[in-house]
Amino acid sequence: MDTINTDLFISMPEITMLSMAMFILIIDLFLNKNNRMIIYGLAQMTLFAAAYLVLSLNAFAIDVAYNGMFISDPISDVLKLATLIGASIMLVYTRHYMQLRQMFSGEYYALFLFAIVGMMVMISGYNLITIYVGLELLSLCVYALVALDRDNARATEAAMKYFVLGALASGMLLYGMSMIYGVTGSLDIGTIAERLKDAFEQNPDFIHNPVLILGLVFIVSGLAFKFGAVPFHMWVPDVYQGSPTAITMLIGSIPKFAGFAMALRLLVFGLAYLVGDWQDMLLVMAVMSIAIGNITAIAQTNLKRMLAYSTISHIGFLLLGLMSGSLNGFASSMFYVSAYVLMSLAGFGMILLLSRKGHEAEQLDDLKGLNKRSPWTAFLMLITMFSMAGVPPTVGFYAKFTVLQAALHVGFIWVVVFAVLMAAIGAFYYLRVIKLMYFDEPVDTALIDAPLDMKMILSLNALALLVVGLMPQGLLELCGVAIATSLPHLL
Amino acid sequence: MVFTDFLFYVLATILLVSASRVITARNPVQAALFLVLSFFTASGIWLLLQAEFLAIVLVLVYVGAVMVLFLFVVMMLDINIDKLREGFWSYLPLAGTIGGLMAIEMAMILGNKYFAAAPNVSRPAAYSDTAAIGHVMYTEYLLPFELASVVLLVAIVAAIALTLREKRESKSMNPSQQVIVKKADRLRMVKMRSESEVLPNDQADKGDAA
Repeated sequence: MDTINTDLFISMPEITMLSMAMFILIIDLFLNKNNRMIIYGLAQMTLFAAAYLVLSLNAFAIDVAYNGMFISDPISDVLKLATLIGASIMLVYTRHYMQLRQMFSGEYYALFLFAIVGMMVMISGYNLITIYVGLELLSLCVYALVALDRDNARATEAAMKYFVLGALASGMLLYGMSMIYGVTGSLDIGTIAERLKDAFEQNPDFIHNPVLILGLVFIVSGLAFKFGAVPFHMWVPDVYQGSPTAITMLIGSIPKFAGFAMALRLLVFGLAYLVGDWQDMLLVMAVMSIAIGNITAIAQTNLKRMLAYSTISHIGFLLLGLMSGSLNGFASSMFYVSAYVLMSLAGFGMILLLSRKGHEAEQLDDLKGLNKRSPWTAFLMLITMFSMAGVPPTVGFYAKFTVLQAALHVGFIWVVVFAVLMAAIGAFYYLRVIKLMYFDEPVDTALIDAPLDMKMILSLNALALLVVGLMPQGLLELCGVAIATSLPHLL
Repeated sequence: MVFTDFLFYVLATILLVSASRVITARNPVQAALFLVLSFFTASGIWLLLQAEFLAIVLVLVYVGAVMVLFLFVVMMLDINIDKLREGFWSYLPLAGTIGGLMAIEMAMILGNKYFAAAPNVSRPAAYSDTAAIGHVMYTEYLLPFELASVVLLVAIVAAIALTLREKRESKSMNPSQQVIVKKADRLRMVKMRSESEVLPNDQADKGDAA
């Protein structure tokens, strides 16, 4: 009885989120259309309550619950907190957009909260089954949300593509997991690491076991698909462009925290002894992602598609940090993913701000002359674009800098040179947006109409890119400490 | 050869034949029925392996529920078989070569060297597979089990959110409303200048202005 109590205690944030999501589903039945704001308020309250619980319950201690299925460690605390804050910001941005498009419904909020629970389970999963179920929970919610705008043929097509390819990726991940299970005889990540260690100490050749490598290949492919890294990136532009912008934002931002945690749990916590193998795989994917993402983005005229390719290149940098296989590298990757989420929230928030009923501001031309329409909005977009390009005073620069530094430390000098060159090429399309905003005549002259809270949070979000860029020590230290305390065993 | 071995080879042959018929049958209903047969045979093989719970679940869930539903869908959809199978034979050599190569590559890795049969575990006669699975499912695997139920809930919510349409307004007439209608509700008086004849050249301009 005692153990189940501690288990419930440790997983309290998830339990709260789940109960509230179900409560919202039920209460939605009794509300008429004009009272939907209550649902919005409840969803925001839930996120704050969960964030409070993450902070207050044994924060920064390492606890394992449910027979080793679930872990709460500093990494999970930091990533869950970041996920919840990001989700809360996203709800503020998307409220007006959903209201205008008849999608402001209880199901949207319930599925949204269920998706967040999925991410939290992925972050805390310490068993292959838990991680997989968390991933499916997240994916299923997102597939449905993409198709929520039912009469939109583009969104339905995007949902279909996402669903079919996502199912294929889940299959690959599961196949890889089954191979790992076949070799180690355990689904528990801690046990897998121990078994590999014992086997390695008895026979150093053990890690060249082809079955182990085959499993690893499938796991890395599954991960790469979920991240959208080249060569598993083909779904990203289509899904980003086809989904309603509010859902694109959900796909393109906070799930990267969960993906990062999943990669860390599987590759570093579980398969650390195969570092030589996954390092090569991640290296190839990182280099290709950075190159293809940045070069293809130049040719795009659709802003959402351009941001999709920009995401691919950012994922390349993220993988570069993971690939370096050092504590420093993991911390820099964690910093990069935080910076990336902050940037993508601001970027997609800007598209939502400029959209209005019956019009999606998703073409590059819609940004023309933004400075004449609203200088403050143009300035915020300027910061966001500078940050995505990695121009010095912004957080984007610092994030790229730390990742490249970590890669340099382990001796990948040519990779670093290549990444810097590609980032310079990528700067072109970010700067083109700035040119359109400041030096072209406006095509679209409609007034920018958005609720005050959205404008304020968006301003704070974009300014945060600048502030964190000027003072990155706090966040950087947080990531470093979280990684160092959660990963006591060095590679 | 023991009787169980004989049984295994019979079941395995039926399974392989019916599985290949699933993809080669011309008629989708036949293909679905062959899939039912292969599920059923596979459950027989599981019974031979003393995994009675899996065998029962396979028959109950897949044969009983999923495949019946699937058959209904196949029968209701108007599937053009010839269009679906267009290019089957022309793509077969290439697809067959690639598939065969992949199968050989996998066989090289997954051969007997690493996946030798585990030694037989002898269990007492009263051993119940179902009880053992139930025991670990509600203790050791409690969390994934509960999460799987959440996934099912999400599936229900998503299915309803995507398919339920609000009732369309019916087009019936309301007699009492029709009776009390006044002239002013239906008729609008518009003042217009009387029309005069115009020259053909001017007509286009006037038309645009109006």
